[in-house]
Amino acid sequence: MKSSFSRSLQTTIIFLVVGGILALALGGYFSPTSDVLGTSLISAQTWVSNRFLTIRDFFNAPSDIVSLQQRNGQLEAEVSGLQTQVIQLQQQLTDTQVLAALVDFSQTNPESIYKAASVIGRDPSPFLHYIIINSGSSDGLRRGMPVVTNQGLIGRIDAVVANAARVQLITDPASAVNVRLQNADTDAVLVGSTTGDLNLEMISQDVDVQEGDVVLTSGLGGNYPPDLLVGQLFNLRTRDYELFQQASVQSAVDFSRLEIVLVIMNFNPIDIAPLTPEEIP
Amino acid sequence: MKELIAIPLLALILILQTAIISNTPLLGGYADLMLVALSAWALQDDVETSWHWAIFGGILVGWVSALPWYIPLIGYLFTVVLARFMVKRIWQAPILAIFVLVFLGTLTTHFLSIAVLRLSGSPLSIADALSTVTLPSLFINLFLALPAYPIFRDLAVWVYDIEDVQ
Repeated sequence: MKSSFSRSLQTTIIFLVVGGILALALGGYFSPTSDVLGTSLISAQTWVSNRFLTIRDFFNAPSDIVSLQQRNGQLEAEVSGLQTQVIQLQQQLTDTQVLAALVDFSQTNPESIYKAASVIGRDPSPFLHYIIINSGSSDGLRRGMPVVTNQGLIGRIDAVVANAARVQLITDPASAVNVRLQNADTDAVLVGSTTGDLNLEMISQDVDVQEGDVVLTSGLGGNYPPDLLVGQLFNLRTRDYELFQQASVQSAVDFSRLEIVLVIMNFNPIDIAPLTPEEIP
Repeated sequence: MKELIAIPLLALILILQTAIISNTPLLGGYADLMLVALSAWALQDDVETSWHWAIFGGILVGWVSALPWYIPLIGYLFTVVLARFMVKRIWQAPILAIFVLVFLGTLTTHFLSIAVLRLSGSPLSIADALSTVTLPSLFINLFLALPAYPIFRDLAVWVYDIEDVQ
């Protein structure tokens, strides 16, 4: 009986003490102490929490890396695809610009019928300046037809197969084109060279030619139609002791970057060989 | 039967030559991929079909090029003759052999081209041709000869089922 009484008293005292402490704490009497205690607890809580999160991340990281790598791979593939699309679109834009310029050229020169062809190769020999185009006899191309771009004359067809043709450029060392100087109204011969430079020969000494004169085809010889733009005259060389003046010609065509060309379909080259007088033995 | 690989391979080399190599000149010259390939192939001591390759390659190039058809044919056949001559003598130094072969083969083909073009009336300047075409071409051909030999060594091992001891 006595022991149960003392246990109840003990419990009552503990409750009273705890209740008293709580009442004092709620009343603000323990605030300095509780602040120190709270700060310590929060610091400890923060430390434990950070360590826990670090450890959890450490154990969960592999799955995240795998998923991130997969996502990264998908994104890289997407970027790669988009870059390819950009390159294709840029190429299409370039082709469109070239074609638009060629269409403009054909509209401003309606007297000729043109056939557009892509340049698909060059002659394997570095001594020759020929290109290979992807149109041939099945498209109506014939040997001798002139080939131009919107920037001027580039050459003429030298050989034809069913679906391709070989074009001799005017820069080829064996090429010779009869031309006329528009301002001076005189004829000359345009020849190519190994280096790809264009030279004017057979300019009469008594003709006054100026640098910058426009060079056009003359139509003489029947190999090219007249009045096709070739380029501009520069670097005139006049020597009194020579029979003819010489000059270089700057073509507007970049012969190293030919992509699409126009074949003049309604021009038939004239073979004047039978008219050439034979040597009398 | 594996020797028939020459047909698609040489056709591919011709396509690469006309579409890419000829569009990437150094001064006025560019590589002769066919010559380098034929040299590397003919220098393999187990190879027996180098003559066929040279004839086929020469005809292909002669067909596409505006050069007279016999110039590449003669040039490549001469290169193979030289290779078969060299393979029995300096076979222990294949890199040296291919350099010598490509050097002589390039010079022969170019001199032949210049001579025939001059004889056919083309006003080709020999000085310009040598300085702006032959020298750069020679340089590029020698540069390409270095990787060509091991590539064609592997091809020879595959075609002839030989034991590669190198």
